[in-house]
Amino acid sequence: MTDISAPPRRPIGQTLLRWGLYAMLFLFAFYYLMPLFVMLTTSLKSLEEIRTGSLVALPREVTFDAWATAWSGACTGIQCEGLRPYFWNSMLMAVPAVALSALIGAMNGYVIAQWRFPGANLIFSLMLFGCFIPFQVVLLPMARTLGFLNIAGTIPGLIFVHVIYGIGFTTLFFRNYYVTIPQELVKAAKIDGAGFFRIFWSIFLPLSLPIIVVTVIWQFTQIWNDFLFGVSFSQAGTQPVTVALNNIVNSTTGVKEYNVDMAAAIIAALPTLLVYVVAGKYFIRGLTAGSVKG
Amino acid sequence: MAPILNISGLFKNYGATEILKDINVSIDKGDFLVLVGPSGCGKSTLLNCIAGLEPISGGTIRIGGQDMTHVSPKDRNIAMVFQSYALYPTMTVAKNITFGMQVRGVDKATQAAKLAEVAKQLQIEALLNRRPGQLSGGQRQRVAMGRALVRDPQLFLFDEPLSNLDAKLRVEMRTEIKRLHQDLGASMVYVTHDQIEAMTLATKIVVMKGGVIQQVGTPAEIYTRPANTFVADFMGSPAMNLIPARASGSRIEISRAGAAPLVLHDPRASLSGDILLGLRPEDISEAGTRTGDHVQTGEAQVDVVEPAGADTFVVAKLGGKAVTARLAADTRARAGQPLAFGFDLAKVSYFRPDTGERLN
Repeated sequence: MTDISAPPRRPIGQTLLRWGLYAMLFLFAFYYLMPLFVMLTTSLKSLEEIRTGSLVALPREVTFDAWATAWSGACTGIQCEGLRPYFWNSMLMAVPAVALSALIGAMNGYVIAQWRFPGANLIFSLMLFGCFIPFQVVLLPMARTLGFLNIAGTIPGLIFVHVIYGIGFTTLFFRNYYVTIPQELVKAAKIDGAGFFRIFWSIFLPLSLPIIVVTVIWQFTQIWNDFLFGVSFSQAGTQPVTVALNNIVNSTTGVKEYNVDMAAAIIAALPTLLVYVVAGKYFIRGLTAGSVKG
Repeated sequence: MAPILNISGLFKNYGATEILKDINVSIDKGDFLVLVGPSGCGKSTLLNCIAGLEPISGGTIRIGGQDMTHVSPKDRNIAMVFQSYALYPTMTVAKNITFGMQVRGVDKATQAAKLAEVAKQLQIEALLNRRPGQLSGGQRQRVAMGRALVRDPQLFLFDEPLSNLDAKLRVEMRTEIKRLHQDLGASMVYVTHDQIEAMTLATKIVVMKGGVIQQVGTPAEIYTRPANTFVADFMGSPAMNLIPARASGSRIEISRAGAAPLVLHDPRASLSGDILLGLRPEDISEAGTRTGDHVQTGEAQVDVVEPAGADTFVVAKLGGKAVTARLAADTRARAGQPLAFGFDLAKVSYFRPDTGERLN
C-alpha cells in the first residue's frame, strides 16, 4: 500500500470551517482595535490635518505636540497644567488602595476558608452581597462617613472608599482560591507550632501569586478607571485622572482639539493597559488555578 | 510507669450530633495503637482530638502523664503524618522538615544536624532541595515521616498515611513503618480503615463503629475472640462465617438445604435457642486433612470453587447462608458436588443473633 506514507488529507469541509473561524477572529479583532487605531492616529496628527484629512487615514506628518499638551498644558477649567498632576493623584490613590484591599482580602479569605468559625458562611455571604451594591447607592452615606472621619476631599479619603468597596471582591477571590487548599496544611503547621499569622505569611502567601495577580489587575483596573467616586469625593487638587480627562474634554473653548483629547484619553488608559500586558498571562492562569491541584 | 496516652470518658459532639461516645483507651510506651473502623466511625476525629486539633466535649486526654485536654497542639509533644501528607508546597523538602524547628527558634546548627540524621534514616538525602510537587507519592510519604521524626515526640499520630499510595508501595511502606516502630521503640497511634494494616502493624487494636469502641485488644485477641458480630465481620478477609444455628446445651443444629440438619457437639458449650456460630474460613477444613478432638465433620453441597493460588476458597450453603472455607490448593472440591468438611470447634465463637454480642 503506497498511500500509507502520504500525509492524511483534511476533508474539505473542515478546511473551510477552519478558514471561516480565522475570518471571524480577524473580523472581531479588527472591530475592537479600530477605535484604538483612530485614537492613536488622531493623537499624532495636527489640528489642520484632522480638519482636512480622513478619519481613518494615517498621519501625513507625525507630531507629538498633542501628547505634550495633554500631559502638561491642557486646560481643565481655569488651570492649564495638563493631566500630569492628576495622573500622580491617581497613582497615589490606586497603588495604596490596591495593596490594602488585596491584603485585607487575602486575610479575610484565609480566615473564611481555613479557620472556620460559627457564622463564617453568613459573613462571607454578606461580603458577596456587598459586591452587588451599585456605587450610586452608597454615595450619600459615604460622603457623611468621609466627613465624619475628616478625610472628605482628600486622597486618603478616596483610598478609604476604594478599599471598602474592593474588599468584597478581593475576599471572594482569595476565599475561593484558599478553599481549594487542603485543611490538613493548617493542621500540620499548627502541630509544627506555627500560629495564625505565621501560617499566613510562611505558607499561604507564598502559594498565592496567581490569585494576587488576578486581584491586583482587577482592583487596579477598577480603581484607576473609576469616575463616580473620583468626581464625588475629590476637590480641586485631589482629582484623579479620569475626572481630569473629563474636564479637559469638556472645558475646551473655541476649536475642539481632538488630537489633545485623544492623547489625553490614551495617557489615562495606559497604566491599566500596561498592567494587563505585563501580568495578563498570570491573570488567565490565576482565574483557572482553582481547578488544578498543587 | 504512667501510660504514654490515656483517654478517659471522652465525648465529642458537633451540635446535637454525638461523634464520639465514652472513649476509654490507654497505651504504654512503645505501643502501636491502631484505630480501625469503617468510614464515618469517628476514628479520624478521635485522632484529631488526641492531637488537639479538635476540641472535645467531655473527658480527659493525658499524654506522658500530663493532662493535655486543653493544651494547644504545639505543646502536646506530638507529631502527625496526614493522609494528604500536607507538605508545604512552596518550601523545599529540607525546609519542610525544619519548619517546625525554625518556628520554635532552634539554632541553625542543631537544625542542620537533625535534618541530616533524619534524611539519612529515611534515605531522602538526594531530595532535600526539591519541592513536594517534584516528588512521587512514596517520596512525599517519606518526607512527611521525616517531618514527624525530626520532632522526636512522645507520641506519633498517623492519619491513614498509606491510603493514597498504590497497592505495592503501600505494602512496602507498611513494612517500613513497622521497622521504624521497632527501631525507635516509639509510641504510635495509627488510623486506618484497612483491617490488614491494622493486623500487621498494631500491638493493640481499637475497633470502632458509630463513635463507639467495639473492642480493644491485641491483634490475636481481636481476630480469634471478636467481641461481637461487627468485629467478627470487619476484621479478617474473607470475613468470619456467621452461621445461623439452633443450640440446646452442647448440641448445635445447622440446617442444610435438601438434607437433614448438620449436628455438631461442642462439649464446652452450654447454649440454648437461636445462635450465630462464627468460624474463620481457615477453621473449616476438608474432612480428614486436620485431626484433633475438636474437629467435627459434616457434609455440605459445594456452590462455588475459587482458586486463589496458595489456597482455594470453597463456598457452600449452610444454615441458609453462604459459608466460605479456606482449603488447600489441591482440594477435591467440585462445584455442585457434596464435600465433607471438618469444623474446628476449638476456634469457634458464638454470638447472640439479635444483639450480636459474644456468648462464649
